[in-house]
Amino acid sequence: MGDERVRDVVIIGGGAVGATLARALSRFHLDVALLEWQAEVAFGVSKANSGIVHSAMHASPDTLKGRLEYPGNLGWRQLHDELGFGLNNVGEVLVALDDEQLVRIEQIRQQGIRKGIPGTQAWTAERTLHAQPNLTREVKGAVWAPTACVFNPYEAVMLVADVARRNGVTIAEEQRVVGIDPPDVEDPDTPLTVRTETDVWRGRFVINAAGLFADDIAEFAGVRDFEILPRKGEEYLLDKRLAGIVSSIIFPCPSPVSKGTLVNPTVDGTIMVGPTAQTVDDKFDPSTTEEGAAQVFTNARKLVPTISERDIIAEFAGLRPVSDTEDFVVGPTERRGFINAAGIQSPGLTGAPALADLLVDILANEGLELEEKADWEPTAPHPVRFNQLDTEDQQELARRDPRYAHLICRCEIITEAEVRDAMDRGAHTLDGLKFRTRVGMGRCQGGFCTWGCMQLLAEHQGIPIPEVTKRGAGTWIVCDRDDHPVTTARTGG
Amino acid sequence: MPITAQPRHLLSRYDVTVVGAGPAGLAAAVAARDQGAERILMVDRDPEPGGILLQCIHSGFGLHEFKQDVTGPEYAHLALERVVERDVDVLTNTYVTDVSRELRVKLMSPDAGISTVDTGSLVIATGARERTRAAIKIPGERPAGVMTAGLAQKMVNLHGYLPGRRAVILGSGDIGLIMARRLTLEGVEVLGVFELLPFASGLGRNVVQCLHDFDIPLHLSTTVVDIHGHQRTDGVTVAPVDDDLQPQLDRSWDIDCDTLLLSIGLIPDAELARQLQLSLDPRPGGPVVSSTMETSLPGVFAAGNNLHVNDLADWVSQEASAAGAAAGDVALGRHRARQDVTVTPGRNVAYVVPHTLSTERSQTVSFRVKQPIYGDTKLHLGDAHQRKVRAVVPPEMVTMKVSPKLLDGFAGDTLRVDAIPVEEEEES
Repeated sequence: MGDERVRDVVIIGGGAVGATLARALSRFHLDVALLEWQAEVAFGVSKANSGIVHSAMHASPDTLKGRLEYPGNLGWRQLHDELGFGLNNVGEVLVALDDEQLVRIEQIRQQGIRKGIPGTQAWTAERTLHAQPNLTREVKGAVWAPTACVFNPYEAVMLVADVARRNGVTIAEEQRVVGIDPPDVEDPDTPLTVRTETDVWRGRFVINAAGLFADDIAEFAGVRDFEILPRKGEEYLLDKRLAGIVSSIIFPCPSPVSKGTLVNPTVDGTIMVGPTAQTVDDKFDPSTTEEGAAQVFTNARKLVPTISERDIIAEFAGLRPVSDTEDFVVGPTERRGFINAAGIQSPGLTGAPALADLLVDILANEGLELEEKADWEPTAPHPVRFNQLDTEDQQELARRDPRYAHLICRCEIITEAEVRDAMDRGAHTLDGLKFRTRVGMGRCQGGFCTWGCMQLLAEHQGIPIPEVTKRGAGTWIVCDRDDHPVTTARTGG
Repeated sequence: MPITAQPRHLLSRYDVTVVGAGPAGLAAAVAARDQGAERILMVDRDPEPGGILLQCIHSGFGLHEFKQDVTGPEYAHLALERVVERDVDVLTNTYVTDVSRELRVKLMSPDAGISTVDTGSLVIATGARERTRAAIKIPGERPAGVMTAGLAQKMVNLHGYLPGRRAVILGSGDIGLIMARRLTLEGVEVLGVFELLPFASGLGRNVVQCLHDFDIPLHLSTTVVDIHGHQRTDGVTVAPVDDDLQPQLDRSWDIDCDTLLLSIGLIPDAELARQLQLSLDPRPGGPVVSSTMETSLPGVFAAGNNLHVNDLADWVSQEASAAGAAAGDVALGRHRARQDVTVTPGRNVAYVVPHTLSTERSQTVSFRVKQPIYGDTKLHLGDAHQRKVRAVVPPEMVTMKVSPKLLDGFAGDTLRVDAIPVEEEEES
């Protein structure tokens, strides 16, 4: 996919930062490529997190992450209107369980007011329990912040990348960067060259939005002056039967190192509890642990006493790409053209759309010419959520296209037409389908739908069934009776 | 050869609607028709009727129901022949998304679109689903290559693909045992079956025929404590457990494998029951039912594995026949059998189905024991009936036929079902 042509911007990393930047750059007459090392965009940090667009009162305005938080919050809402990913403006209830915490949460509220966050309120215990009757009777008061939302971050990033693609950005997956060559010493105007395992990409500017691996990428460019210290967060999803146990994001009073264990409704009607916060060495460690589960549920029960491990339907762990500076590492480097967008830890997901705008400004300062396209189209047809339509609309869709009446996933009621739409937008692995449509995310965890999805993926890509993967190279699902397992399956691409 | 019987058009009202065309649904539809109900609809989400039977290509089915030893697909075929002889509307590739308490059924089908039909009575025959990794919280990574035994069975037996080359099986449920043998026959190396409990969860005959006969080790009181692999599974860690079922990690060992199959139990698929707000019995996980398998919502019946997980398809067919016949009666406005005796699980009994009995009709009580008793065992149905059996084990369902005569004089009573060793009873 890479070639001799010199792009204006090569973005390394197809997460929230890379995708929102790709979209922002797609407004202009520019040649942009977005490289993702995994099988699909949003398969890294952006996939495994709490899925919250933060209220924006928590982070100090003295930090870059604090300054980007509220503009980012507004940015996601706009993207939601344009693209139709799942986002619910459920608000945040920040709970105090003793008098000291009451003081602390009011300080956070005042910080929010200074940052211009509208609508926050200080609630009495009574008011809090009226709004959230399943909270502990120990509650002493709370701060209400109506700006907080829950969303499907992976779906959001996938649709943002898709709209960038529709506007001309090249999205290249399974592109693991193995080296970055500097410009020719004799001729410093030659571009940076990004080498991946399979291709070569040249760019006047290279953006390092590589999440957990941003320090490694900086090293390739010879400018590693920060370290990424992965901080693991374990999350537990509870059965939909608990829907309504809380109707907003319930925050404990934060400690100096973490926002603590949250209990929140998800866009899809499940309840999520988590995360933990543990610094780990292994950037590939997505494991959940017994200790993590115990910690999450002990903490969650302090807020909502009836929360139980028995209701877990799925669990996952994500790694936050925390930099050793404890703030975002954003800006030009000594390597001309190489710009960092690294260390994007919480509330980095929230801030991403604002960070994208900041990066566009930085690129302009560095000499990138920005000429707006007349035909830029920021909106795209919203994905159909069949299960959320009323019967008349469902009947109308099914009359037009019988594939809307063919069920693929029974737990989440996902139809063949929705799965095909996701594939048309770039999904080419089981996880890609899952994160775009929710197939396989329900109670049976794919027992029923896996085969149907594998058939559709194979047909859509024109590949044999054993080449269908869970999430790209090496993640084969089945093998032929006679052959050895496919260990290097390349999908899509 | 698949038998299909797609209706030319869907009626707006049926006497009896059967959800699911596995062994329960097929038998219920037949019984409802034989009871005189004329308009019967049976729907199934899969492309062909037969349910999970279709992927159970091993033998051992049908000894009771058809008096011959047949495979799952053959059993399905025999059961389906009875349906086809009887003019039942069968709609496949169809999913019931919603049933109102007024018994309006909403279904989605590529052939019939998004439709609603009204029904006089409803038989829920949706079967069971497998417990997943999430249900038992195995810590570790999330590589490809971890799947339920039933999904692997579908991949191998219906579609001809293997789940991997070196497999470990966690849980000794029947599907896991059957798959241990199946995979061995397919050339997959099965490195062992690991069972948390001190006894196998599957039938004794399957332990012998599927493991012992193929030299596949069964590790009791041992479980998987970690799964390794960033992409595809490349190993698991197993450890013995103590008497409290806690893993002894200092005695753990690693196994190099690319596949982990889970056979850790089935759960009644009671989603429709929940949606209809039926009373549920938490222990088997299905609805509370009368002696005719009628649930807490009049006109709604449940039969088969969505009620409680049976050990044999034959029992499912028998139970569903009772449900289907009663559903036919209700649709036709006939008298319901009086439910005047309550049954409840007692000593060493995990659950009992049904939950009430009738002094007007014969019925079968089914239950599972909690602990195995490897010797003479006395079964009690309160003071109404007792029977001695040679042994009882949790994997094998125990049944008692209860005639109206046995219940004479017990109307209004609650009868406790016990399963205790004969010696213990003599002592007490």
